[in-house]
Amino acid sequence: MRSQSMRSNSFRKFLYISPFMLLLAVFAYYPLYGWVYAFFDYTPPIPLSASEFVGFKWFHSLVENQVKIDQLMQVIWNTFGISGLGILFSWLPMIFAIFLTEIKAVRFRKFIQTVTTLPNFISWVLVYSLAFSMFSSEGMVNGFLHMTGLTDSPTMFLQSSEHVWWTMWAWATWKTLGWSAILYIAAIMGIDESLYEAAYVDGATRMQVIRHVVLPSMMPTYFVLLMLQIASFLNNGLEQYFVFQNAFNKDTIQVLDLYVYNLAMGGGSYSVSVAISMLKSVISVVLLFSVNGLSKMLRGEGIV
Amino acid sequence: MSDNQTSLTPNTREIDITKKTVKMQVSATDKIISTIIYILFSLFAFICVYPFYSIIINTISANDLSAKGEIIFWPKGIHFQNYIDVFKIPGLGNAFMISLGRTVIGTLLTVGASAFLGFMFAQEDMWGKKFWYRFTIITMFFNAGIIPWYLTMRSLHLTDNFLAYILPSVVAPFFIILVKTFVEATPKELQQAASIDGAGIFTIFYKVILPISKPILATVAIFSAVNQWNSFQDTLLLVTDSKLYSLQFILYNYINQASSLSTMVNLQNAGSTAMATLATKQTSTSIRMTVTIIVVAPILLVYPIFQRFFVKGIIIGAVKG
Repeated sequence: MRSQSMRSNSFRKFLYISPFMLLLAVFAYYPLYGWVYAFFDYTPPIPLSASEFVGFKWFHSLVENQVKIDQLMQVIWNTFGISGLGILFSWLPMIFAIFLTEIKAVRFRKFIQTVTTLPNFISWVLVYSLAFSMFSSEGMVNGFLHMTGLTDSPTMFLQSSEHVWWTMWAWATWKTLGWSAILYIAAIMGIDESLYEAAYVDGATRMQVIRHVVLPSMMPTYFVLLMLQIASFLNNGLEQYFVFQNAFNKDTIQVLDLYVYNLAMGGGSYSVSVAISMLKSVISVVLLFSVNGLSKMLRGEGIV
Repeated sequence: MSDNQTSLTPNTREIDITKKTVKMQVSATDKIISTIIYILFSLFAFICVYPFYSIIINTISANDLSAKGEIIFWPKGIHFQNYIDVFKIPGLGNAFMISLGRTVIGTLLTVGASAFLGFMFAQEDMWGKKFWYRFTIITMFFNAGIIPWYLTMRSLHLTDNFLAYILPSVVAPFFIILVKTFVEATPKELQQAASIDGAGIFTIFYKVILPISKPILATVAIFSAVNQWNSFQDTLLLVTDSKLYSLQFILYNYINQASSLSTMVNLQNAGSTAMATLATKQTSTSIRMTVTIIVVAPILLVYPIFQRFFVKGIIIGAVKG
């Protein structure tokens, strides 16, 4: 009797959260149904029900001729390049946190932390607005170069395909570095005091303490974040590249997310675009589980 | 040496990290390293702040000087006409209301849902708890992609619909983790005592959990508000009706105009008449910058107040999440 009332009570608890689970089902799981568009010959005004089923035609079309292969390869190359730079410099927030906590002047340290986390809280549109005001041909940087007589004609910082991966990396770093350091700062605060004591007793210098005490303690955090970053290798996001794209940098800035958007919303090729979206999601999940498995194997615990 | 002596005494006013560093021996190389650290951090702090500062001084300087990019360190010819002009732009007031509306309503719903779900997932006995929790968390790592999402939203008639700004963000897995971790760290006895006194689940949630969860809920609120205010992609994908444009979208349109104009100048293939019409249609540099300030102002105002607060909040959540 009692266990039955407990069971009904536990089901009632589920009923309370069910409306929210329904929302999740609609907005996170139902879009998976949208993948069927990849198997139909869908052109916007005609409804899906009236469209022709074409099987894997669109997947084949991605690699049907050299031009398309080249285009897709360039997009994948860009995605790899930009994500690769991010991973290559993934230790930056850790170093940032380590040296920030080395600053003894409390006010200065707090000021630096406050100021460097600020860019994380503005949108990419705002970042682009700042970038445009600074680096366009009539911007402050060119104004400064002109006033000081360093250049005669304005430099086209934004409208050039040169170093786009690096500038994209630089803006992303500018935006997120201070914020990403917070997790490491938390980890540094958690280091056992006695480890430091032991190091002083042995006469360790500051750099030695960093190398032998602080860095090793950071490794678990670094490893988890690195794994997550690798798992989301293909997901650069759309906004940053969308706002920074222009006729000049289009070839080198198009990452998968932007390519998918441009194909569908710019070119109306929904079906092809959904096909790429689908491949990308599947590969991402495979990556996530591989990285999770790798983490379990190496450290005995998963990241997800 | 005497410096070292005094700093060896524990400094209880400060947090741990200071205690740790002050005890260190100071050698010549340490001093050089310190100096380099100070210079590099100052430089990075400058790079983080200067763009905001420069736009502010440009909006209050003489418009012809700012259009040529000549306002670098100090405002010249100070005036506030731009701020008066910017409020006369048709559609901007409406966009402000849309941005404000989605921020207020969206934040209230997200905070409420995150609090309730975080609390419920901290309950021991719930039918299928483990499954539903995973069902929620997995969505953080996996999505169908933007085009399938767009097609779904369209089939649900959520294009050109204000609800599209609100509904998808109500259930936010990351915030739920934060609240769940927080609730699980509070003493079980609190809920048990209330339960023995005959309180139902909603009473416990409302009277016991909500009041003690204020710090974490404030963190969730500020994140959620910033997300809503900054959101651009949903307007870009789902909205064609200019009545639903957000401030971010209007700002993007302005910069995009300016950017295409300079692209045309750059390409040097535009006929002079086309150039002329574009130039007259184009929003002036100072107005564009003033709109930027209006869009960024709420964040700049709120940020210093809440900064320390949500840093603590994220650290609480980071322990587990």
